[in-house]
Amino acid sequence: MKANEGKIIYINGPVIKGSQMEEFKMREMVLVGEDKLIAEVISIDDAIGTIQVYEETEGIELGETVYGLGVPLSLKLGPGLIGSIFDGIGRPLERIDQMNADFIPNGIGLLSIDLDKKWDVAFKPSLGDVLAAGDIYATILESGLVEHRLMMPPALSGTVAFIAENGSHGANEVVMKITDAFGITHDIRMYQEWPVRKARPSKHRMKISKPLVTGQRVFDCFFPIAKGGTAAIPGGFGTGKTMTQHQLAKWSDADIIVYIGCGERGNEMTDVLEEFPKLIDPKSGKAIMERTVLIANTSNMPVAAREASIYTGITIAEYYRDMGYHVAIMADSTSRWAEALREISGRLEEMPAEEGYPAYLPYRLAEFYERAGYVTTLNDQEGSITVIGAVSPAGGDFSEPVTENTKRYVNAFLALDRKLAYSRHYPAINWLTSYSGYVKMLGDWYVTNVGEDALVMRNNAMKLLQEESKLLDIVQLVGEDVLPDSQRLVLEISRILKTGILQQNAFHKDDSFVPIAKQFSMLKVVLHLYDRAKACSELGIQISRIKDTELFERVVKMKYSIPNDYKETIDALIRDIDGYYDALMSEYE
Amino acid sequence: MLKEYLRIDKIEGPLIFLKGINEAKYGEIIEISVEGQRRLGKVIKIDAHMVVAQVFEGTSGMSTVNSSVRFTGQPLTIGLSKDILGRMFNGVGEPIDGGGPIFASQRYNINSRPINPVARQYPRNFIETGISTIDTLFTLIRGQKLPIFSGNGLTHKELAAQIVSQAKIASESEQKFAVCFVAIGITKDDGAYFVERFEESGTINNVVMFMNYADDPVTERLSIPKCALTAAEYLAFEADMHILVVMTDMTSYCEALREIASAKEEVPSRKGYPGYLYSDLAFIYERAGMLKTKNGSITFLPILTMPNDDITHPIPDLTGYITEGQIVLSRELSNKDFNPPINVMPSLSRLMKDGIGEGFTREDHPDLANQLFSSYSKVLDIRSLAQIIGEADLSDIDKHYMTFGKRFEEEFVSQGFSTRRTIEESLNLGWELLGELPPEALDRLNDELIRKYYRRK
Repeated sequence: MKANEGKIIYINGPVIKGSQMEEFKMREMVLVGEDKLIAEVISIDDAIGTIQVYEETEGIELGETVYGLGVPLSLKLGPGLIGSIFDGIGRPLERIDQMNADFIPNGIGLLSIDLDKKWDVAFKPSLGDVLAAGDIYATILESGLVEHRLMMPPALSGTVAFIAENGSHGANEVVMKITDAFGITHDIRMYQEWPVRKARPSKHRMKISKPLVTGQRVFDCFFPIAKGGTAAIPGGFGTGKTMTQHQLAKWSDADIIVYIGCGERGNEMTDVLEEFPKLIDPKSGKAIMERTVLIANTSNMPVAAREASIYTGITIAEYYRDMGYHVAIMADSTSRWAEALREISGRLEEMPAEEGYPAYLPYRLAEFYERAGYVTTLNDQEGSITVIGAVSPAGGDFSEPVTENTKRYVNAFLALDRKLAYSRHYPAINWLTSYSGYVKMLGDWYVTNVGEDALVMRNNAMKLLQEESKLLDIVQLVGEDVLPDSQRLVLEISRILKTGILQQNAFHKDDSFVPIAKQFSMLKVVLHLYDRAKACSELGIQISRIKDTELFERVVKMKYSIPNDYKETIDALIRDIDGYYDALMSEYE
Repeated sequence: MLKEYLRIDKIEGPLIFLKGINEAKYGEIIEISVEGQRRLGKVIKIDAHMVVAQVFEGTSGMSTVNSSVRFTGQPLTIGLSKDILGRMFNGVGEPIDGGGPIFASQRYNINSRPINPVARQYPRNFIETGISTIDTLFTLIRGQKLPIFSGNGLTHKELAAQIVSQAKIASESEQKFAVCFVAIGITKDDGAYFVERFEESGTINNVVMFMNYADDPVTERLSIPKCALTAAEYLAFEADMHILVVMTDMTSYCEALREIASAKEEVPSRKGYPGYLYSDLAFIYERAGMLKTKNGSITFLPILTMPNDDITHPIPDLTGYITEGQIVLSRELSNKDFNPPINVMPSLSRLMKDGIGEGFTREDHPDLANQLFSSYSKVLDIRSLAQIIGEADLSDIDKHYMTFGKRFEEEFVSQGFSTRRTIEESLNLGWELLGELPPEALDRLNDELIRKYYRRK
């Protein structure tokens, strides 16, 4: 038997053990059996190696061969990623469907992006130029929205010894040759191979300073997410995690979106595939699919590939970040990934920690979230990765290990609330239990780009909502009528904040995405209404007069009635509010 | 390959352990002959030279020496043809109605391959069930998996039978519609109830039945959903039919899974269920759907009884994370004799957003559904307030809500198991009920819809 071949002695679901595996390395990619199923070495005990298999193991036979490939699980990164959908280990699902219609077969090997497809390439350097690691040497228009920048491999620098002509090239061609400091010449192809579990290098990390503008009021106004930041969206089933993630993928102002459907429903991925090509990005006028990469490991696909899907996604994100792009990565859901860890750990008969999860769960979570960040790339550009992970806590209970540990590593926590979802308050983000550590970090940005008073308005609105929640406790016991008018006014204004501002209709043409300036103008209208109404209330005017049903309804419905290029109509609304209260006050003076 | 092993080393519950095996495939079927009587088993673990297999018909009567084991090298397959309609099968796909074997040109592996998400057709066609709450508030879509979360003793049987007999699942085209009914660990009485209802509604010849009764072997509970779904896939994707799969009770399936897992001495996770319960359930539920290249569809209506009516129990919890919504039954409504006792608040259909409204049902449907939800949730708040301060002290608007809530439950929810309402009738009834509320309470509806449909009481 050869050094890189082992023999199967144990099979239990996706976990296989082989003997005679002394020379296999940890995390090495291996092929299993006659079908050459793709797998990875996850532990070694003397000559016995344990392997997790990324495909279905039914039919694998005792004594079959395990072939070592000598390299860790890697991805081919190059043009052709954008607009495509891949499985958990980076195989293009469209090509799989062409090979085998409708169902995903076993043993199709390690497919990657299409290396033969011709791209129109424009090269930058000329012969004799010196290129450093990570330098951009050519560009390709990969989609209507994304310019693909071909980069030097992160560990190579040297002199250009050969460079191809501008024009049509396939990713597999040698388009450049580089002579390094030792005089060795390296062939450069238009793709890079990178191990998924290893973070790609960057020059240095920068301070968080810009928000990821999402067009969603509850995010941008109340709980902002930063470019290069991390956020978790936990929620029980039916609270709208996936809807919220989809909204962020559709509308946030990142250059590239990597969407990982990790252990979720097949139809959700189909929905994305059908909807994204039709949705138009408000800035560029192009379909948002042209900036999106999809990774799908649906819940019925092999569980070990689910564990890998998160890494596949973030490696692709890092590759585009290195070109100088702002990338947002949505992982729906990290709980399924954690459960995949638990399942494999259980099959390995490891000692479980909390709720059966392995003891290394927190470390794995940290490893993933820490790959987010705002950096200077090797080629001295700014790029970022924003990670937004959905969490599906068992039973909707946020004290379970995945939610608890995720909280330790993320800076923004958007808690979805079952009660809000039941009353169809969407997005069902609970404003009392959510938080964002980025509010302070982004203070300067809000002052320069929105207005001096932006965060003051936010805080005033938050205070009102806090007060409302206390008042509601009392109302639950004694009813609303016994409250003094000043407090009833707080309830009324909070109602407007909830229905008019926090609720956002994803299916309405104007409300699905709202520019940040309009968001704060809307907030200003509500707070202005409160100020004027409060002044009247202090004069002793009765709440029944202060609360003009028609005026209040107009404020609630401004999200539908005022289009996104709004300016005059919002001013008119403020004038009408002033007009009404001026008249009311003059009556009482 | 066709060696016979004459000795079993260990028998434990439904599992047998064989040592000294040199050739075995993971997941292959073994044939066991126990004193001349044939049983089937499946290899579930291979460890060096020991093979663990589960025996479908159970291990009773087996000893270490009276049985011989033969490895077939094949996974569990069933033979399928169009003749399966109107027939009844057991958990390993063998006919049990005395009607003789199925003559099939091809056998199908019961563990089908996962559907490629690229090949799926996103479900958009509305199924009219004739039940107001379902049609209006959590619309069933062809190709959807929508479970019924019930409790012991609640009327999920009646509801499932009502959906089967009332649903207009077939489209305008000539396509045929059939039901695949799967019983997992249910009582013989419940099984008989379904057969009787199928006969009454004249669908019996369009039903293929897979039966595992409460006293049938536990191991067969694990294979029966897979056999049934393989049959459903055959009918949907090869015979171009629209299939409605009704499966009851998923809780028995999960319990069987737990029993086998603990017999295998696996590390348990929540409530003793194995850590792979989610993946395992997903393999079943995700087989519902539609394909771009095929005309048929599989709509999946699994029924599960929530232990102790607890929706956070792992079985309903994990199911809810996989399925596209859920219909939750309420003991409180059932006790008040509201039928079907559907608890509106936690019920949901994730696919309805793309299958309702203009061009599908009626333009007011999405907003009306939203308004009914939001108004009814207000009713529940007001009721808890009324319990403290008394109904007489409620404000006027709150009193309107109380009337609305009462009528909503009595007329909209409780329509009875034999009434069929068209979607038009259901929507109009919704508007009539909203007439109990003043116009300013309708914050989810736009002025145009209000003008067109709303009539204040």
